[in-house]
Amino acid sequence: MYIRHLQVTDFRSWDHVDVPLEPGPTVLVGQNGRGKTNLLEAIGYVATLSSHRVATDAPLVRQGCERALVRTAVVNEDRELTVELEIAAGRANRARVNRGAVGRPRDVLGILRTVLFSPEDLALVRGDPGERRKFLDELLVQRAPRYAGVRSDYDKVLKQRNALLKSAGKKRGDDPYAASTLDVWDDHLAKAGAQLLAARLNLVADLAPHTGEAYAGVAPDSRPARIAYRSSLGEALPEGYGEPGGERADPERLAEVLRVALGESRAAELERGVSLVGPHRDELDLVLGDTPAKGYASHGESWSFALALRLGSYELLRGEAGGEPVLMLDDVFAELDKRRRARLAEVALGAEQVLVTAAVDEDVPAELTGVRFAVAEGEVTRD
Amino acid sequence: MYEGVVQDLIDELGRLPGVGPKSAQRIAFHLLASDPQDIGRLREVLGKVAEGVRFCEICGNVSEGERCRICNDVRRDATSVCVVEEPKDVLAVERTREFRGRYHVLGGALDPLSGVGPDQLRIKELLMRIGSEEITEVIIATDPNTEGEATATYLVRMLRDFPGLTVTRLASGLPMGGDLEFADELTLGRALSGRRAL
Repeated sequence: MYIRHLQVTDFRSWDHVDVPLEPGPTVLVGQNGRGKTNLLEAIGYVATLSSHRVATDAPLVRQGCERALVRTAVVNEDRELTVELEIAAGRANRARVNRGAVGRPRDVLGILRTVLFSPEDLALVRGDPGERRKFLDELLVQRAPRYAGVRSDYDKVLKQRNALLKSAGKKRGDDPYAASTLDVWDDHLAKAGAQLLAARLNLVADLAPHTGEAYAGVAPDSRPARIAYRSSLGEALPEGYGEPGGERADPERLAEVLRVALGESRAAELERGVSLVGPHRDELDLVLGDTPAKGYASHGESWSFALALRLGSYELLRGEAGGEPVLMLDDVFAELDKRRRARLAEVALGAEQVLVTAAVDEDVPAELTGVRFAVAEGEVTRD
Repeated sequence: MYEGVVQDLIDELGRLPGVGPKSAQRIAFHLLASDPQDIGRLREVLGKVAEGVRFCEICGNVSEGERCRICNDVRRDATSVCVVEEPKDVLAVERTREFRGRYHVLGGALDPLSGVGPDQLRIKELLMRIGSEEITEVIIATDPNTEGEATATYLVRMLRDFPGLTVTRLASGLPMGGDLEFADELTLGRALSGRRAL
């Protein structure tokens, strides 16, 4: 798929801009702070309904405005769909497809698929486990949009259960209802959690070979890179789950395992007032050779690993139904050495559409000569 | 900001659900321009509500007397009880004219975040009713969201020990007159798992 047209109104630094796009490589060049990344962020928002830079919507709306508007025309296998998102800070967003309103913004997920590699991705390797869980969940939603619902259901049940654990823990067994209501929330947490966990395990099993290969591609002299899902279930996780070529994870079976684990950890959970088992406590292990990447990998290795995770995601998505994703590389060439640049350029050239941002022309490999746009104060002009 | 009591009125109206600052302002000025008689009626009703609305002693629905109209109606099927979260849900089910039994209003759903547990809901009253009346079927009609589903599960657990009692849950699935292609995966998935033989 590719984006044929991008229109942005009152989004971040842009008051209004129209950018006609084409398949193949497109390079956006402009000085720092001119809004190149904002354009990629707007596209990413249409694909994932979240920003890769901030957790809330407020910073996305231009200062002094009530709402931001992002409109993209997406062409997938000769079929064009227009997706329009109205982003309002602190209020529900509105979405339109081909000018017709859809029930919920969530319904536009899956129309545009993107993989974005940006400087923030260093946090995938160096940041908290939450960053890596977010990475998995976002990829999950790109793969199958229904997981956006599964994820939000799980979060809701988890919040309710934690609130109950806190209040029940304080009363220390004086509440005859606490145990029976906790059973109910356990049941729901296990059901929703098993759905999410099974999908993540299967995702990691599918993603691992692509990531390993991508890492070997960008850093051929380095130690081999490996990813593995580490569940809070520990030994209780059925064998082979989450491993490439292993058994596919079955939500029903996982729900049973989660239920048992929740029962076993109840005393500790009541004491601490938080849920200790479930996908919200899991981690994606990144391993180089036989040491964890976090804390041991060099700056260059960390970069390569983050890049491998994104390129692996890209290869995974393009191999599946739903249309080849749009690849976006935000200001990343400047950070890479010559060989890694060349390797990344090679992948980018094979993409149906790739959008690249750079501060200066020299940062972009010569191979990526496609359409070039100059991004200046308040306007985007084609060279 | 307006001066004095007008701003107070706007602030009070703005606290109501579904009323934003602009609507509050509009309602306030509408009231200022209204016939004193209309205002008088509104004041009277608000006064009565503040004095205390009565709830039916059996089902918990809003009521004029000790018992609500539905519980007093002998033509209604006393063996079947529909359990809902709020009085407004009773109206919603009543509009279908499909259900001829009686109701039980819980007064909310399990919601630990807001401090609502089984104690805060009228669950004990429901169990007492089932124990003392001739009820043979309980239809659980809580909302199909996280809190409503948890409440339903809880009720099922509490009710399974009553011999001979049928407990059912409202089906969830496709809306009438809708298009299959526009249904989201969750709804369609539910509709599939809850399909029935024809």
